[in-house]
Amino acid sequence: MGSTGAFDEIWGHGGPEAPRAAFAALSQWIADTPPEELQRRQHSAEAAFRQLGITFAVYGDSDAAERIIPFDIVPRMFLQPEWEKLSEGLVQRVEAINAFLEDIYGARRILDEGIVPPELILHNEQFRPEVAGIRPPHGVWAHICGIDLVRTGPDEFYVLEDNARTPSGVSYMLENREAMIRLCPELFRDFRVAPVDSYPDMLLETMRSVAPLGRARPVCVVLTPGHFNSAYYEHSFLADSMGVELVEAADLVVDDDIVYMETIAGRVRVDVIYRRIDDDFLDPLVFRPDSLLGVPGLIAAYRAGNVALLNAPGNGIADDKAIYSYMPEIVRFYSGGEAKLPNVETWRCREPQALKYVLDHLPELVVKLVDGSGGYGMLVGPTATKEQIETFRAALIAEPHRYIAQPTLALSTVPTLTEKGLAPRHVDFRPFVLTGSDKVRVVPGGLTRVALREGSLVVNSSQGGGTKDSFVLLGDAA
Amino acid sequence: MRIAVEHRSIYRFTQPQARIVQMLRLTPCDTQHQTVVSWMVGVDCDARLRDAVDGYGNAVTMLYAEGPIEAIEIAVTGEVLTSDNAGVLRGTPEPLPPALFLRTTPRTAPSAQLAAFAADVSTGTADPIEKLHRLNQALHARFRCVPDVPDTGLTAADAFAGKAKASRDVAQMFVSAARTLDAPARYVSGYHLDGTQQCAPHAWCEAWIAGLGWVAFDPVTGLSPNDGYVRVAVGLDSEGAAAVAGHRIGHGEEQLAVNLQVDRLGNEE
Repeated sequence: MGSTGAFDEIWGHGGPEAPRAAFAALSQWIADTPPEELQRRQHSAEAAFRQLGITFAVYGDSDAAERIIPFDIVPRMFLQPEWEKLSEGLVQRVEAINAFLEDIYGARRILDEGIVPPELILHNEQFRPEVAGIRPPHGVWAHICGIDLVRTGPDEFYVLEDNARTPSGVSYMLENREAMIRLCPELFRDFRVAPVDSYPDMLLETMRSVAPLGRARPVCVVLTPGHFNSAYYEHSFLADSMGVELVEAADLVVDDDIVYMETIAGRVRVDVIYRRIDDDFLDPLVFRPDSLLGVPGLIAAYRAGNVALLNAPGNGIADDKAIYSYMPEIVRFYSGGEAKLPNVETWRCREPQALKYVLDHLPELVVKLVDGSGGYGMLVGPTATKEQIETFRAALIAEPHRYIAQPTLALSTVPTLTEKGLAPRHVDFRPFVLTGSDKVRVVPGGLTRVALREGSLVVNSSQGGGTKDSFVLLGDAA
Repeated sequence: MRIAVEHRSIYRFTQPQARIVQMLRLTPCDTQHQTVVSWMVGVDCDARLRDAVDGYGNAVTMLYAEGPIEAIEIAVTGEVLTSDNAGVLRGTPEPLPPALFLRTTPRTAPSAQLAAFAADVSTGTADPIEKLHRLNQALHARFRCVPDVPDTGLTAADAFAGKAKASRDVAQMFVSAARTLDAPARYVSGYHLDGTQQCAPHAWCEAWIAGLGWVAFDPVTGLSPNDGYVRVAVGLDSEGAAAVAGHRIGHGEEQLAVNLQVDRLGNEE
């Protein structure tokens, strides 16, 4: 699918000459700033990122040099009313995710009621019986969520994916903003942009709010697998900006079901851990015994209620692909209302009527394996050959329960600086939602990823994607 | 029957250890068919012990010891009153639904041979309990059991390819095979009064049969467990129900010596 015909968030459907009314000023800025000047600022931002070390390693890349994610100087913008509506949907979704996790590791009401097929949960590796029956401090499971959204029109937002384990990318949101303030100060003079730099404070408040009861001045830490991890920059950045210790597993010990941090001054009790280590490697006594990254006894301390882990172990079941298609039902079940942010329409081929529709419309649809990843076992109808379609038809008929299908979406675009000047490029969006014991906080901003290749819908940084700053404008109009 | 258990595990290290953290699944719980009269988990050095219940409903004891530790002995002593229930379990803690136990794990992933064996021994009957009894007897007939030894991490599929097996291996084969027959099945670790000197807990299995509940099978004997068994822990496989999961900080090698005595007390029934 090409970019022609897609909704552009600044230019609408009319191109640079007829921008959307609310975005005329930004469109004018784009038109007035010479491309060479934009280019210069963009290079300056990227040089700064390289110097800071905001790099990522592409796994399996023989060229071992770390890369920076390309940065695009043209910001994306949300109007306040748009943002408020979006926030409501995000809060509802994250509240439902928390309620779902609480239920699935506790009473499992949703299975008894037949809302989600039990085998989808119970046979899923992401459901962790090891932590069944544990209620995390204050009953919060998904403290930090990154909800991936796509847009197809002025009012059409869809959730593409929920990330309730250890979503990354927030350091890009913050560093992109710093670069924009430095390089395009006129934008912050001309527009009332909601600040995002309070994120570290919001995260720290969230962490403190879930500390075990009775801990008046809770000690919080960030637990990293170490500097070989591709997101290490973010781990150290967040610890730094919150003013808490960045620790590795070897710095923590558990004694008598209590977690301590080894310091020069002796042991210090730890109450809240923002862990950026996968469940598998958290505690070798409970999960993978060969793990060297974990803290033996950590789950015992957690089970005893003596430490809060952000996010809770076992959360993977909430953002699993197989569960995604049930999110509208899950939201309805726990919130009592319809999901304010819809899923991308998904046909579960295990259901006969859905299967019939999918078989009748294969050339228009994207068909995915529920347990596939990295593009394996996927059919993109509009670009597939007749032969590929027929192969999938046979596979679908043989094992329908293994597949889901979705329409191919015309993702929105945002003007982006390219070698040939400014041109629309497809984007997605990851806002960050923090849940503490006191409230849910949505940061007014997020990470916009942009597919830099013309017509491409792939925004992944490992495949030529870049990032943009995301402005939320205060007030009714720009 | 009144059963006395004395289970000593002695870890010796070639170099002193700075810290030891262990998770012990060594404490049985009361069911309709076993009543724990007394039970003690003791350690011969300065250590903190904390009791909890894991996700499967097993009683666990966390052990935390600070070094230098050259050796540590964990002594479990207790008495349990048991009754024969023909293998059918009642009153066990069940925090998880039976369907969970259809999951495979790296240790219980069936080989084609093991799955074929399960299909073969169960042909000719539609009765789920009959299928599982046949599987139990067929495993008993096929493998000569050797005394239990400490866990080496052998998988069900690899164990099936060999001949003589410890109870852990045949139990894990049963679990793996039963799941291929769509029966939820789990691994059980505990104590078995068999009159021999043992050096590891005994292993057997339980399978879920609709309308009947959890039923125990011991492929070492080819029968269902009777009142000569003390049930301690369950899991998806031998790793999940392991008596000890441990982590030590320190150099050198570790040697484990186990002395396990299971005796019948008096003649009460």
